Amino acid sequence: MASVSSPVHGAAPGRLKRLFERYPFLPALVILVVLLALNGVFAPNSLSFRALTGLLSTYLALMLLSVAQAYVVFASDIDLSVGAIASLVNVTIIVVMQQLGGGVPSVLLALAVGLAVGLACGLANGIVVAALRLQPIVATFATSIFFTGLALYVLPVAGTPAPAVFWRTYGGRLLGVPFVVYLALGLALVLYLLARSRLATQLLAVGDDAQAAYQSGLPVTLIRIKGYALCGLFAALAAFCITGDTASGDPLVGGKMTLLSVAAVVLGGCALSGGFGTAIGAVLGALIIGLINSLVFFVGTPSEWQNLVQGLAILVALMVGIMVSRRARA
Amino acid sequence: MSADTTRSDAPPRPRLRLGALKAPVVVALILIVALLALGEALSPGFASFEQILRLLIVAALLGIVAAGQNLVILGGREGIDLSVGGVVSLSAIVAGNVMNGADGGIAMAILACVATGALFGAFNGLGVTLLRIPPLVMTLGMLGVLQGLLVVIRQGIPSGRAAPALSEFVTRPFLLGLPGIIWLWIAIGLVMAFVLKRTVFGHRIYAIGSNEHAAYMAGVPVRTMRVALFTLSGVFAAIAGICLLGYSGSSFANVGEQYMLPSIIAVVFGGTPLAGGRGGYTGTMAGAVLLVILQSILTTVNIDESGRQMVFGATLLVLMLFYGRGRTMRA
Repeated sequence: MASVSSPVHGAAPGRLKRLFERYPFLPALVILVVLLALNGVFAPNSLSFRALTGLLSTYLALMLLSVAQAYVVFASDIDLSVGAIASLVNVTIIVVMQQLGGGVPSVLLALAVGLAVGLACGLANGIVVAALRLQPIVATFATSIFFTGLALYVLPVAGTPAPAVFWRTYGGRLLGVPFVVYLALGLALVLYLLARSRLATQLLAVGDDAQAAYQSGLPVTLIRIKGYALCGLFAALAAFCITGDTASGDPLVGGKMTLLSVAAVVLGGCALSGGFGTAIGAVLGALIIGLINSLVFFVGTPSEWQNLVQGLAILVALMVGIMVSRRARA
Repeated sequence: MSADTTRSDAPPRPRLRLGALKAPVVVALILIVALLALGEALSPGFASFEQILRLLIVAALLGIVAAGQNLVILGGREGIDLSVGGVVSLSAIVAGNVMNGADGGIAMAILACVATGALFGAFNGLGVTLLRIPPLVMTLGMLGVLQGLLVVIRQGIPSGRAAPALSEFVTRPFLLGLPGIIWLWIAIGLVMAFVLKRTVFGHRIYAIGSNEHAAYMAGVPVRTMRVALFTLSGVFAAIAGICLLGYSGSSFANVGEQYMLPSIIAVVFGGTPLAGGRGGYTGTMAGAVLLVILQSILTTVNIDESGRQMVFGATLLVLMLFYGRGRTMRA
């Protein structure tokens, strides 16, 4: 689903290039495998099924948020409000579930409301950026302040717990398999279908060259709005996972994840300038961040140094990823 | 990179000429006066001399950070510096520990902070030029490193204290009733205006910002320029960090974070588009004052935090409509 295949020069390097054009997430996959191996070397237990599903349940939220970010980055936009949307959805579903008694019907209703809220936020972003033509970075920062205000209005202080049925399901097992594994498989299926969808191709086309896309008849503004709407939906899904993981409401919970989602998208091989990338790459990018964090822990870094080592490792991974993908594309 | 493909060579679209009224600086100034009047109406005394002075001190802190941000953005190629907040925090800690409450240590502290800021800025610049990492990614990664570094430093050493002379400089009247920091900001404004309008260096910033390739062909040392711009951004953030220490007395965790995105908004409100190549610092100064007054009004008004944030976010969006919007596809 790489956007445009440029003419291939040479024979041997051409194959690698074609492979990369087709699968832009390959460098991320290599980094991921290396990190997994390193994790295995330093802590053999960390590769057990139990440990890996634990990692999954912690980082599923960031994976979804990165996918959300990826769809707007496809069109060379950016969304600095994904974290705020996730926070808003988190507190909204917590309050809805609490008000309705916390039974299964109330959970389902809350999830529906949560998706609607995410969609509405995404549409608002899309209208502000694509229809009103404001600059995405500053405009989505402004909307993130607005969404944070809304989240604080819904739930002024952190702490309201989620009903037991919610987090027990998320953290529990179904037919002996952890629930998050089903979620991951579901995500893989959705991403596969979306990758083959017309919208994904249109987003990449707009990101590659908006003017050309417009001149060949694509409704550029509408496509960008759809991209933001999709982003809002995935941010809502991320909020469900945050809620399942933390089992409580916090109006500021997602704020710190916004910039990580941008980093994950870049780590996954998407070009911030748009037109090139995959959503699965964003998932791999989020996993890379998760594995870096756990590796830093497993090699025995003193606790006060962990953030610095993580920061350095992510910076290096970003640089290496960008340089490798440029070399492969050039 | 997409710089060459996205750079449009379409002629500037003919615009409605309302004379100077449409200049961003004028827009910002009109809004500032209007907001001051609104503030005075909402809470008498808001526009008093002392209050305005207090606002200007806060605006100066933001404005100094925005000076570096402005330079990086003017230089184009998606120039942006997300690491300024981290540098401000780091600089405040370094300054606090080097001077540790003694006036004699101020010079040494300034030296140490400027060197620190320049170092991180130069790293950003080198990553952006030599390794060709997009500025957003490079400075985002650097922000992560800086935040980690802050955790390490914070565990090992106390936060440090501002020297009395520094606090006086920032908060007490210095000359003609204005504190030293406001004079410093005015001086920075004058130097920036002079450099941008009258020097080769300044003209080259606009040149690489509006068409990097053409500038390169004309012999502008594009890479050196860009490294210089990022280095200056680090230096300005470091200076703001020292002043922030003087303002608050001691440094505390992540004081600088609040400057990251507002510094970008101040630049945009000042009429410099994120695409670079156009605009200047005078507008950014007005933009910083505008932002600070807006925030101050919202704290004066008796609404709770949630309402304040919603009004702030919505107002920012409305204000952005006054400034340069993207071009339409049809143009």
